[in-house]
Amino acid sequence: MEVNCETIKHLASLSDFAISEEQTETLTKNLQDIIKYISELDSLDTEGVEPTYQVFEMENVWRDDEILPQDASREELLAMTKEEKDNQIKVPKVL
Amino acid sequence: MKIANKEISAESLVREALEKVKKYADYNIFTFVNEEGALKKAKQIDAAISRGEKVGRLAGVPYALKDIFLSREGDTTASAHILEGCASPVTATAVEKLEAEGAIMIGRTNLDAFAHGSSTENSYFGPTLNAYDKERVAGGSSGGSAVAVALNIVEFATGTDTGGSIRQPASFNGVYGFKPTYGTISRYGVVAMASSLDCIGFFTRTPEDMDLLMSIASGQDPKDMTTLPDYYNLSTGSNAAASPIDANPPARTIGIVKDFDNDAVDINIRNALKEKCELLKSKGYEIVELEMPVLRYALATYYIIQPAEVASNLSRYDGVRYGFRSEKSGGLNELYENTRNEGFMPENKRRIMIGNFVLSSGFYDAYFLKAAKARTLIIKEYEKAFQKCDFILTPVSPNPAFKLGEKVNDPVAMYLEDLMSVSLNLAGVPGLAIPAGFAPDGRALGLQLVGPRRSDKALIEFSKELR
Repeated sequence: MEVNCETIKHLASLSDFAISEEQTETLTKNLQDIIKYISELDSLDTEGVEPTYQVFEMENVWRDDEILPQDASREELLAMTKEEKDNQIKVPKVL
Repeated sequence: MKIANKEISAESLVREALEKVKKYADYNIFTFVNEEGALKKAKQIDAAISRGEKVGRLAGVPYALKDIFLSREGDTTASAHILEGCASPVTATAVEKLEAEGAIMIGRTNLDAFAHGSSTENSYFGPTLNAYDKERVAGGSSGGSAVAVALNIVEFATGTDTGGSIRQPASFNGVYGFKPTYGTISRYGVVAMASSLDCIGFFTRTPEDMDLLMSIASGQDPKDMTTLPDYYNLSTGSNAAASPIDANPPARTIGIVKDFDNDAVDINIRNALKEKCELLKSKGYEIVELEMPVLRYALATYYIIQPAEVASNLSRYDGVRYGFRSEKSGGLNELYENTRNEGFMPENKRRIMIGNFVLSSGFYDAYFLKAAKARTLIIKEYEKAFQKCDFILTPVSPNPAFKLGEKVNDPVAMYLEDLMSVSLNLAGVPGLAIPAGFAPDGRALGLQLVGPRRSDKALIEFSKELR
C-alpha cells in the first residue's frame, strides 16, 4: 500500500482536518511508517477465524423504555458552548 | 482510619498534600489544583467526625484524578487544547463512588492528550517528569497520576488504561498500577478513547490500597451498559477465575512468556523477572515457560483496532457544543476543520487518520477485519496459557523510563513501548504492574502480573507474595 500526499489529503478530509502543506509532508512520513508496521499482520494466518469486536461477555439485555432523569440540565449544557442565542447553539451560516 | 480515630485531621492531611503539590511544581504533574474545594471537604469531614458521625472508608484521603474523568471540580481538559474551558456538569461514576467514601480530590493530573501516548509528552500542557529522573519521561498516558503517587503527594490516583496507560507509567515510577478485567469499573463520565479496550483503574503504593479501591469502585452501573455484574467483592483472595464464589486452591503455578525473554528487553528488567521467579520458587511456586507466539502480532492488531475506535469516538469534537472553537470559522465546515486541526495534538491526528484509513472501503478487510480476527487468536492464546498456569509474570514494557524527546518524533518507536501491555486490553484480561526494584542508574523497574478474566481480586492478593 503506497501512502502519498494525495492519500493524506483524502484522509485529512475524511477526518475534518484543515492541514497545511507542511503538515501533509510530516503526516505522509508518519503514516507511511505506521502503515508499514501494522501491515506486519499480513503474515498471521487468520483463515477461518471469527472476528472479535468486543470482549464483554454479556448478552444484550433490554431495559424498560422509560425516560430517566439526566445528570445535566439544558441550561448547564448550553452554558458549555461558545455562542448561544434563544436557548440554541449558534454556529456560522450553513447555507 | 487515623482520621476517623481523630489521630490526624482531614484538613491537615489535605494541607500537607497541597504543600507537596507546590513543592513538586516543576514536575508538571497537575493541570488543575483543587485547593479551595479540597479544604472545604476536609473541614466538612472533620466536622462530621467531631459530631460522632460515621464516615466513609476513604474519609479525608487525598487523591489525584487523571484529567480525563468528568466532575464538577475543575475543567476536564484531557490535556487537549480542543477541550479548553470544558467545565463538565456531569460526574463520572468512579468519581462519585470514591467521593461517597470521603476521598478528597487534590488535583487533576496531566496525560498525553486524550490518553494517546506512552510518555505524557503529547500533552498540550507539556510533559510530566519522571519521579526518579527529571530528564526522563513519566510514561503514559497516565503519567501525572503515576508521579503524584510515586512522590507521595497523594495516597492514590485514578488512571485509564487502553493499551498500557496505567501499567507502563506505574512501572516507570515504581508504584502499583492496576488495569482490571474489561467492564469491572464503570466508564461513565470518562472521556472515551477506544471503547472496546478502555479500562478504569488506579495507582497505589500497596496492594492493600489497590484492593480497597477496587472494592469501592467496581460494580455494575446502569449508566455504562458494558459493566459486568458485581463480582469483585464476591470473589475470595484465592484464584477466583472459575467462579465468583469459589473454593479453588490458591495460585500455585506461574507462567513466564518465553517470547518476551530476548535481547529486545532491557537486561535490568530481565534480571528483575529472574529474581522474582527465584523468590516464587523459594516459596514453593512452580514456574512454567509459556510459548505465546501470537502475542508478537498484538501490537499491530492494537494499532489498527484502537485508532479505528479513536477515529469514531473523537469525531464528536467539533467546536460547536463545548470546548475550543477556532477563530477561523467563516462557514460551518471551516469551523469544524480549523477547530479540529488547531485543537488536536499531532498524535491525536495521526490516530484519527489511521483509524479512518483502516476503516475506509478498500482497506477494511485487509486491516480492520484482519485485526478483529487476530484479536480472537490473542484471546485464545491467553485461554490456552491459563490452562497451564494460574497467573503470568511478564515485563510491562521493553525498557525502563526513556529520555524526554527520545521518541516523540518517531511514532512507531513510541508504539513499540506498548509491545507487552496491549495484548491484555485486546483480550480483556486484568494486569497489575508491580514495583520490581531499581536499575543501577536509579531508574524504577516494574513487572506485570496477568490473570484470567475476573481473577482481579486474586491477582492483587497474589502480588503480596512478590514484595
